[in-house]
Amino acid sequence: MKTLLIGEYREGKLLDSTYELFGFASQLNADTAMLLVGSEAQLPAYGGALYLADAASCGEYNPDLHKQLILEAVQKESPDYIVFLHSSYGWDLAPRIAASLNIAQISEVIAATDGGFEVGCCNAKMRRTVKASSATAVLTIQAGAFPAVQPGGSPTVQNLAVVIGGALEFVGYEPAEKKDVDLAKAEIIVSAGRGVGKKDNITVIQALATALGGELGASRPVVDAEWVSHSHQVGTTGQTVSPKLYVACGISGAIQHLAGMKKSDFILAINKDKDAPIGEIADVLVVADVMQFVPALTAKVAR
Amino acid sequence: MKLLVCIKQVPDLESRFKPDAAGTWYNEADLAFRMNEYDEYAVEQAVQLREKLGEGTELTVLSIGPDRVVEAIKKSLAMGCDNAAHIQDPAASGKDPWQIASIIAAYAKDKGFDIVFTGMQSQDRGSAQVGVTVAELLGFACTTTIVGFDYDNGTITAKRELEGGIKGIVKLKTPALVTCQLGLNIPRYPTLPNIMKAKKKEITVIPVAELLATEALAATTSFHPPAKKGGGIVLEGDVGELVDKVIAILKDKTAVLR
Ligand SMILES: Cc1cc2nc3c(=O)[nH]c(=O)nc-3n(C[C@H](O)[C@H](O)[C@H](O)COP(=O)(O)OP(=O)(O)OC[C@H]3O[C@@H](n4cnc5c(N)ncnc54)[C@H](O)[C@@H]3O)c2cc1C
Ligand SMILES: Nc1ncnc2c1ncn2[C@@H]1O[C@H](COP(=O)(O)O)[C@@H](O)[C@H]1O
Repeated sequence: MKTLLIGEYREGKLLDSTYELFGFASQLNADTAMLLVGSEAQLPAYGGALYLADAASCGEYNPDLHKQLILEAVQKESPDYIVFLHSSYGWDLAPRIAASLNIAQISEVIAATDGGFEVGCCNAKMRRTVKASSATAVLTIQAGAFPAVQPGGSPTVQNLAVVIGGALEFVGYEPAEKKDVDLAKAEIIVSAGRGVGKKDNITVIQALATALGGELGASRPVVDAEWVSHSHQVGTTGQTVSPKLYVACGISGAIQHLAGMKKSDFILAINKDKDAPIGEIADVLVVADVMQFVPALTAKVAR
Repeated sequence: MKLLVCIKQVPDLESRFKPDAAGTWYNEADLAFRMNEYDEYAVEQAVQLREKLGEGTELTVLSIGPDRVVEAIKKSLAMGCDNAAHIQDPAASGKDPWQIASIIAAYAKDKGFDIVFTGMQSQDRGSAQVGVTVAELLGFACTTTIVGFDYDNGTITAKRELEGGIKGIVKLKTPALVTCQLGLNIPRYPTLPNIMKAKKKEITVIPVAELLATEALAATTSFHPPAKKGGGIVLEGDVGELVDKVIAILKDKTAVLR
């Protein structure tokens, strides 16, 4: 079995997540070739075949052009699987490859099973097993689902020529918002999710954070609704935290939130839904209404 | 200008999901359905653009599914879409993203749309494929996961959200498709007068057989709950007792409470 792995490179750097692709390939026991639109100066620690195109001339985000490059490598390699990370780069590019080749795409793979792949669904509450009916398939793998593996060695580089321009013009990056709280250093974080109900209720969550001597965190919808500022957001597009105690109040446990807090030493979750996926990683799941339980807990802690 | 927004109706994600008889998807009995959250951002953005462009612009909302999806269509009409296409398909949930995209592309191909809006992913299936695939099939420029949108004279400037909160700014010429992400806007609630007005808007019903010409490329063979990892304690019951139990556990298991 052969995989063509699509590495990632951004703002002049090879992204570490690229190594998760090798972790996936090794679980499949598959031969690998990699394609990277990156730089000669940032080669992955990997001794196999590497199709390389120069990001300085191709652009870091230029999906039409990257598609052409990938299709060229697919033709040379005839892989069984073309594997991307399920990331802003991967989910943007993968369907273009699948559509061009008229083959199946299976998104957000978390495990390989007998002849198929396991993927999450229904906001991570449930799972599906999916099988491709085409001989070749495009896969995107969930960030963090497979271990990062550094095969070691230096790649045999085949340079890909740049052919066309592409329909998009990439203007530039905008840096992440400045943080006024550094959650990465906090020992205790009490986070508010959409389950707190409304902006006024944030004070109740803040009160528990204060009583415990910790910081206020938040899930993304709470930030988007402007109940708290972005600097409090935990998750893939916010901060990654690893406090001694993480309290998740009314947070369902979507993968993008978990990615930011699953390394916490102890996780206490309060959720009215016993099946909420946060229960999969919580040390304690309290099945209750946050607005009843949290004030009662604060009162006892403060005493 | 002609605008299209594609919406899917999904179950309330706080529901309990049970496998259907075939064991390949959820059982719809007892589930309440509503518009896919990401599609609400898509509808809001499309309506905002419709309002900015004013007269001479037509915004169509499209949904593929059984008759229940008309509820989501009506909401979009009440939010400000001009008319709707209901692609009637009682078996939509059994189709793969490739087929759904092919149906949308077959509907759109000779209608001259300038901009198509979709959600970045559906919350129940979450494949994040349909939008980009439609763009490929139509030969449209496309960008994904947008949290900022501006249109001026044939050019879209979009802000894409990348990992870690960084954003990428891209420009694309119409015809184009964008997939919308949380944080793009705050969807409006339809007002009562607009709900009344929406009742007069036209919903064209098209049987899916008229548009479907592709076979599925992927099949779901099983729908099931995640394997329980165990370890965690689940506490239920009286709030006062729960608080005492939690304090005892925190004292015992963490160094943060003494
Ligand atoms: C590309 C991308 C990046 C993302 N980045 C992030 C990120 O960095 N951080 C992030 O958090 N999310 C991120 N998300 C969003 C993520 O997918 C989820 O939508 C989000 O985490 C859900 O937030 P939530 O748990 O607060 O809300 P919901 O999923 O709506 O969950 C609310 C929970 O509260 C419970 N609840 C409701 N009422 C009560 C009550 N009265 N008492 C107790 N419990 C109650 C419900 O049972 C439910 O479990 C991202 C998504 C995408 C696509
Ligand atoms: N049945 C459907 N009818 C209309 N649009 C859909 C349908 N399914 C998916 N879409 C659109 O495609 C997007 C991505 O869906 P998915 O690829 O299933 O994650 C959704 O946010 C919708 O905008």
